[in-house]
Amino acid sequence: MKGFKRQKGQEKPQYAESHNEQDDLVKKDAKLVEDKPSGKSKSVSRRDLLKLAGVGGLGLLLGGGGVGAVLSAGQRLESMMTDADTKDVIPFYGKHQAGIVTPAQDFICFAAFDLTTSDKEQVRSLFKAWTEASATMTSGVLLGNDNENLNLPPSDTGEAAGLSPSRTTITFGVGPSFFDGRYGLAGLKPAGFRELPRFQGDALEEQWCGGDIGVQVCANDLQVAFHALRNLARIARGTAVLRWTQEGFQRTAQADPAGSTPRNLLGFKDGTGNPDTSKADEMNRLVWTQASDGPAWMGDGSYMAVRRVRMRVEVWDRSTLGDQEDTFGRHRSSGAPLGKVKEFDKLDLAAKNPEGKPVTPPTSHVALAHGDGSINILRRSYSYSSGLDKQTGQLDAGLLFISYQRDLFKQFVHIQEKLARNDKLNEYIVHKGSAVFACFPGVSQGGYIGDTLF
Amino acid sequence: MKLRYAVPAGVLVSSILFAGCGQTGTATQQPAATTKDAGATTQTTTPAASAPNFDQAVTAYRTYAIEQCDTFVKKTEEFTNAVKAGELDKAKALYAPARMYYERIEPIAEALGDLDPNIDARDGDVDAADWRGFHRIEKTLWEENTTKGMDEFSERLLSDAKLLRAKVETVNIDASLMVTGAVELLNEVSTSKVTGEEERYSHTDLYDFAANVEGAQKIYDILKTDLNQKDAALEKQIGERFTALQQELAPFKDGEGYVSYTKLKPEEVKKLSQNLDALAEPLSQMGKLLGV
Repeated sequence: MKGFKRQKGQEKPQYAESHNEQDDLVKKDAKLVEDKPSGKSKSVSRRDLLKLAGVGGLGLLLGGGGVGAVLSAGQRLESMMTDADTKDVIPFYGKHQAGIVTPAQDFICFAAFDLTTSDKEQVRSLFKAWTEASATMTSGVLLGNDNENLNLPPSDTGEAAGLSPSRTTITFGVGPSFFDGRYGLAGLKPAGFRELPRFQGDALEEQWCGGDIGVQVCANDLQVAFHALRNLARIARGTAVLRWTQEGFQRTAQADPAGSTPRNLLGFKDGTGNPDTSKADEMNRLVWTQASDGPAWMGDGSYMAVRRVRMRVEVWDRSTLGDQEDTFGRHRSSGAPLGKVKEFDKLDLAAKNPEGKPVTPPTSHVALAHGDGSINILRRSYSYSSGLDKQTGQLDAGLLFISYQRDLFKQFVHIQEKLARNDKLNEYIVHKGSAVFACFPGVSQGGYIGDTLF
Repeated sequence: MKLRYAVPAGVLVSSILFAGCGQTGTATQQPAATTKDAGATTQTTTPAASAPNFDQAVTAYRTYAIEQCDTFVKKTEEFTNAVKAGELDKAKALYAPARMYYERIEPIAEALGDLDPNIDARDGDVDAADWRGFHRIEKTLWEENTTKGMDEFSERLLSDAKLLRAKVETVNIDASLMVTGAVELLNEVSTSKVTGEEERYSHTDLYDFAANVEGAQKIYDILKTDLNQKDAALEKQIGERFTALQQELAPFKDGEGYVSYTKLKPEEVKKLSQNLDALAEPLSQMGKLLGV
């Protein structure tokens, strides 16, 4: 029995009404097309309507024509784009995957997938299909050729139709389990690439851990980001299933046009100490895996660490400002190191107060994370809010911590071990999820995600 | 009549929307007259002129639907007789198997107006005063452990089943109905069977699950050759995923039937659901058959 058959006898009038409403809409919209040669209201086709709806939205304009090949879509896109649109597109193809040193967009939809096939060729096909879809979606174009065919489900789920590409990036990596016996790739697993060790205080839950494949979708619009992830999951059906997902946010550009360092949900600026992504040398040293690091297929790739960190916001909210600032080692309002004025003032861990005690507590988050300054990672975290903890009625909110680094263990693990043991912040946070992914190098035109591995 | 039938099932029955008028009580072997018409009316851009001839497929499916209906009436009679005779255990044993004949051809039943709610509504689907059919009896059998007070519901259920058998001959089947019906059957599983909501008292959901899948598979089997000519890779993929789903379901067989839904572990439900989604996705592309 179908749920929506409940209202017996009402179907006919309801249908007739909505049908008329649609007709009216068609007529109304048709009048808006002043320069349309055949502007008779009744002859406005569905495609015209779509075009109308898509003014300013490249996706619909192009997709309405049934764009198939990514290449041709790209070409058409180029010829039709205004400057504003161009700024809204982050190229999918390139030496490195987008979404790593790309300035963080406003929203994230993260997903870990598990492969359900044991056939390597099917995995390869999936990656090829994902590549084509990703290049298309990041251009703001509708997927596939069947978006006008009334006899088939549309090939694009449609919720991003008419919306701008919103600087969407889609970043792919594979977890250690990808290199188990299933695909004969065990020999190509990077030496030492494995799940993270259990850190002190970890309270990991299976539902937020691991995955054969990790996909980070970021965009300046949550609906656009969700659309991309949903379509990737749809394409994967029968080959891979979702293992866990997490959406996240930062402040939007509208709320912070200056693009200052984002604040986490504890109210503190997070990411001040990040390396300068505009310096290629620094990125090569800290973020991009070099071919000589081995294996060769990971050259120009990066290792991603993902931690789902729940924040005990209720507890934090009743701690004093002094305690909060000592916990982070920074001033809340400015983000400056304790005792300093400006956010980017140099951190001086040796500074003492008149009583001879360190101005910055040695167990503060910044003191431990910074250490002697020799080891750094590129953080790209987002806040999350996932409703309530059903058991306690407290907010399930926190940080989807993401970092990229050339070497997981020398960089991330080294820092996290220090934090896990001593960080004053541990009183207010608990790590619930954990995953690591080896992110491929970028894809060149005609290639596909992971082609250096396969 | 057209709208009344078409709207409840949504896009699914667009074919019926334009078919089936004034064709009541004709012979079982009537031709599929309206494939072309339906195609032309429902499409704005592509003419259906090149659509292959599905007469044979439609005839095969009509035969199947009528066979299922015939057995459905017979099994429903055995079930309702047991209820009326006060044979509680026998009635419980006959309940789920009888329903399978209905579940295999549910899209057809749904195309026939109020028959579906009368036979298959769950508590809350319809106004309490109108609630009758299998699930009304199911509730009393399993919740109150009695057959008392169910005589009238039993008689009405049997007469509704017989009405379905009579009306099934009037449904104008075409390739479009078959293609969308196959997906609809799996969507049924996805929304209510795999979640255990359909058989909330008897927990015999896996019987319905299996029957819905069998009904979808029958349609695929009938259209397989045509589909293979149109899109061999898609045909192969659907076949493989039917096999995968059947394999997932196999461990839950129990003699002639299936284990109680309550025996399923959450991860087993999840896996069944994911296999179902994996199958339903390519199956929903069967519309490519229609020459578009």
